[in-house]
Amino acid sequence: MSTATDERTTARRGKAPAGERLADWADGRLGVYGAAKYGMRKVFPDHWSFLLGEIALFSFIIVLLTGVYLTLFFVPSMAQVEYHGSYVPMQGQLMSEAYASTLDISFDVRGGLLVRQIHHWGALIFVVAIFIHMMRVFFTGAFRKPREINWLFGFTLFILALFTGLTGYSLPDDLLSGTGIRFMEGAILATPVVGTWIQMLLFGGEFPGHDIIPRFFVIHVLLLPGLLLALVVAHLILIVFHKHTHYAGPGKTNTNVVGMPFFPVYMAKAGGFTFIVFGVITLIAGTVTINPVWTIGPYRPETVSTNAQPDWYLGFSEGLVRMMPGWEIVLFGDYTLNLGLLIPLGVFPAMLVVLMLYPFFESWVTKDTREHHIAQRPRNVPTRTAFGMAWLSAYFVALVAGGNDVWAINFNLSINAITWFCRIGFFVLPVLVFFLTRRICLGLQRRDRDKVLHGRETGIIKRLPHGEFIEVHEPLPPAERYKLTAHEQPRPLSLPPAVDENGVERKVGPLEKLRARLSRGYYGEQAQIPKATAEEYREITSGHGHH
Amino acid sequence: MSSQTEHHNDVSGGPDTPLMKTEQAPATVAEHPFADPGLPEHQPRRQDIDERAAKRSERMVTLLFLTSILATVGFIVAFALIPVDEIVHIWPFGHVSALNFALGLTLGTALFCVGAGAVHWARTLMSDAEVPEERHAVGAPEPVKEDVLTEFRAGVRESGIGLGRRKLMRNTMIGAVGLVPLSGVVLLRDLGPAPGDKLFHTAWAEGVRIVNQNTGEPLRPEDITVGSLVQAAPATIDHHDEDFHAQIAKAAVMLVRIEPEDIKDPRSAEWGHEGILCYSKICTHIGCPATLYEQQTHHALCPCHQSTFDLADGARVLFGPAGHPLPQLRIGKDEEGYLVALADFEQPPGPSFWERG
Repeated sequence: MSTATDERTTARRGKAPAGERLADWADGRLGVYGAAKYGMRKVFPDHWSFLLGEIALFSFIIVLLTGVYLTLFFVPSMAQVEYHGSYVPMQGQLMSEAYASTLDISFDVRGGLLVRQIHHWGALIFVVAIFIHMMRVFFTGAFRKPREINWLFGFTLFILALFTGLTGYSLPDDLLSGTGIRFMEGAILATPVVGTWIQMLLFGGEFPGHDIIPRFFVIHVLLLPGLLLALVVAHLILIVFHKHTHYAGPGKTNTNVVGMPFFPVYMAKAGGFTFIVFGVITLIAGTVTINPVWTIGPYRPETVSTNAQPDWYLGFSEGLVRMMPGWEIVLFGDYTLNLGLLIPLGVFPAMLVVLMLYPFFESWVTKDTREHHIAQRPRNVPTRTAFGMAWLSAYFVALVAGGNDVWAINFNLSINAITWFCRIGFFVLPVLVFFLTRRICLGLQRRDRDKVLHGRETGIIKRLPHGEFIEVHEPLPPAERYKLTAHEQPRPLSLPPAVDENGVERKVGPLEKLRARLSRGYYGEQAQIPKATAEEYREITSGHGHH
Repeated sequence: MSSQTEHHNDVSGGPDTPLMKTEQAPATVAEHPFADPGLPEHQPRRQDIDERAAKRSERMVTLLFLTSILATVGFIVAFALIPVDEIVHIWPFGHVSALNFALGLTLGTALFCVGAGAVHWARTLMSDAEVPEERHAVGAPEPVKEDVLTEFRAGVRESGIGLGRRKLMRNTMIGAVGLVPLSGVVLLRDLGPAPGDKLFHTAWAEGVRIVNQNTGEPLRPEDITVGSLVQAAPATIDHHDEDFHAQIAKAAVMLVRIEPEDIKDPRSAEWGHEGILCYSKICTHIGCPATLYEQQTHHALCPCHQSTFDLADGARVLFGPAGHPLPQLRIGKDEEGYLVALADFEQPPGPSFWERG
């Protein structure tokens, strides 16, 4: 192989353009031609919903870049110093070096404030984008085989992003971030048996000690970003390996992917989109203040500000804590179980794990082991869509509860009433939303069916000779008709007859019965509207003016 | 790959055609009632057929890139010329740092225009024809799998790891590798001290004066009027102490004066002094200072999670996630007439923990 390449190169030496000679050189060492043959014209499908993951990726990059810059100025130390920077209201105050250096970044380093704000805004947008991207993947069933592991990678990225955010906003050591750390200390102390030990080891002594910020710093700038970066790469490798899903449409099948080649179109679009995301985040950071750490001063354990909230992505865990009644039990007169914290802090990971493991649950219910590369329309899988919406409603109730004081102040409501609303809503709303969503999905399926059979409403009213008014319907183009009927409608699993052909009673395990029940929930009559058939269509279109 | 070719010949191969033979699928109701009309023909864009439109797009892209160049120059100029502490009023943003605003706007524009230019170029001037690419099953075909398994078995045989003989060797290896990480766990021990009874003691002790948190002056009973709440700390700790934060995190208190007839809990009244009650202000939920005081109702509310305590009734929990009352400090008056603690807290202040009891 290499001798052949060498001969070719030698034969054309002096004639080949510099770019080609460079590529030849790289190919002899890295095999770039082989890689390019695989990747250069690789097809990527185009859809707005595929941009959500890209926003997450690009905001991650800008957060990495700005983060590196911030480490050049930030001092991760809890040593107390007197402030003598240029921010007048804090002159002479005792504060940690971490807080003082954050003030310096904000007031004395030219552009420091902008980079800090890009970093914070970028982090918020990073988590929002992951979350919405995850919802897109969930509701379109893009997590199905072969992508379950990539779903897990993505989910782990989400959780890592939450903790990177938490350790990040704890670093400036202002009053708000210190309050957040105090919360964490309380949560750790609530852990049965080993709580006090973990607290002492993590904080290097009693709260707050002098170690927590340097330790969080290392976790925030080295450990978590390292893991994030590794997983992002793994996530992308799997996307390339599996090839992207696409939506059903003419010419788009489960065995192909339709789109535009990586080079040049996708490269230009994605590369351009990178800069657009950078640009928009920078414009926001330049015009909208975020986390003005200078307004409420350095952290002191005996002071607090009102309106203390975590960043939005931990708001739902905060809400779970706020909703919880103050249950505390003392075991054997000696040991305290702080259920007021333990229960919400158990529900928080449980809610995430439920969603994380959902793909495995669904494939168990459906017994489907095929590869799926066509993303589904949420309406065509009403039970999954309803489950996802129910999960989201519980999530949003918790998020609302996490800001109960803000709602109370801005809308002049009783905080107790809001808390009670959330306590009840957390259990009731998901149930209502589940059934409502399923109803809406079925309605949309009916609409699709009508559209296929009767065509599109044209808005043209025709008067018939006997005086009746009708609206003219125009038949759908074949491509559209195909698109609306391309989804499959599985039959629910049925249990084998209770008695087999030899008259012997068949044993069906309870798990199998449960699976059949769930399968009816997914694919039973109440869960899908039969799509239009070719016969029905023929019958109607051959009819006389029937609409 | 044979399964794939097979399915390709199959005309009814709709969007759900499986990629592998071994795959299980649920029974479906109806297949695809309408035939796939295939990829639609490529519709040319304006730019594909009208050279003037293409020229317009080209000019637009160039203009975007030029704007970006100008914005970067503007960024450098702003960085050099605008003082870091200049505040200006810009509608509708209000008073903002002039430098931050200028840098954000120029850098944002520079970045955005590079992106917008590239995307506009791709959308209007690069080919927009959609092309299909075949997918291949992710799993390996049967023969490959067979090959791998054979090789793997050979490897297992060669190493002797899976055989009955040399079991001891294998088991000790598992034991050794399993035990090695233990050293790493042991190393973590010195991250911090043992908890001991640290959480049970605070800086309060008999005779320690109660000083005003803000002024640092010792408090007399007459300094605290009915209806007021005074933030206080023990006189024995100072802001400049190495462990000041750790001490104040446990010892911070609030003093309230309530008309004696309004105090519902007799023990609480007894522990106070002339209706002055001294409570830990560290919320028993997770440790925020619970000092939003409502003087008419004697309620103290924690701003973090809205736990509400009735200070007239032994700081009983009225609402919210806190699990037990705020501990009360026994106070009295020393010979010079200053308020002092009569003992440390009877119960540890702050959030509850396992050993708290």
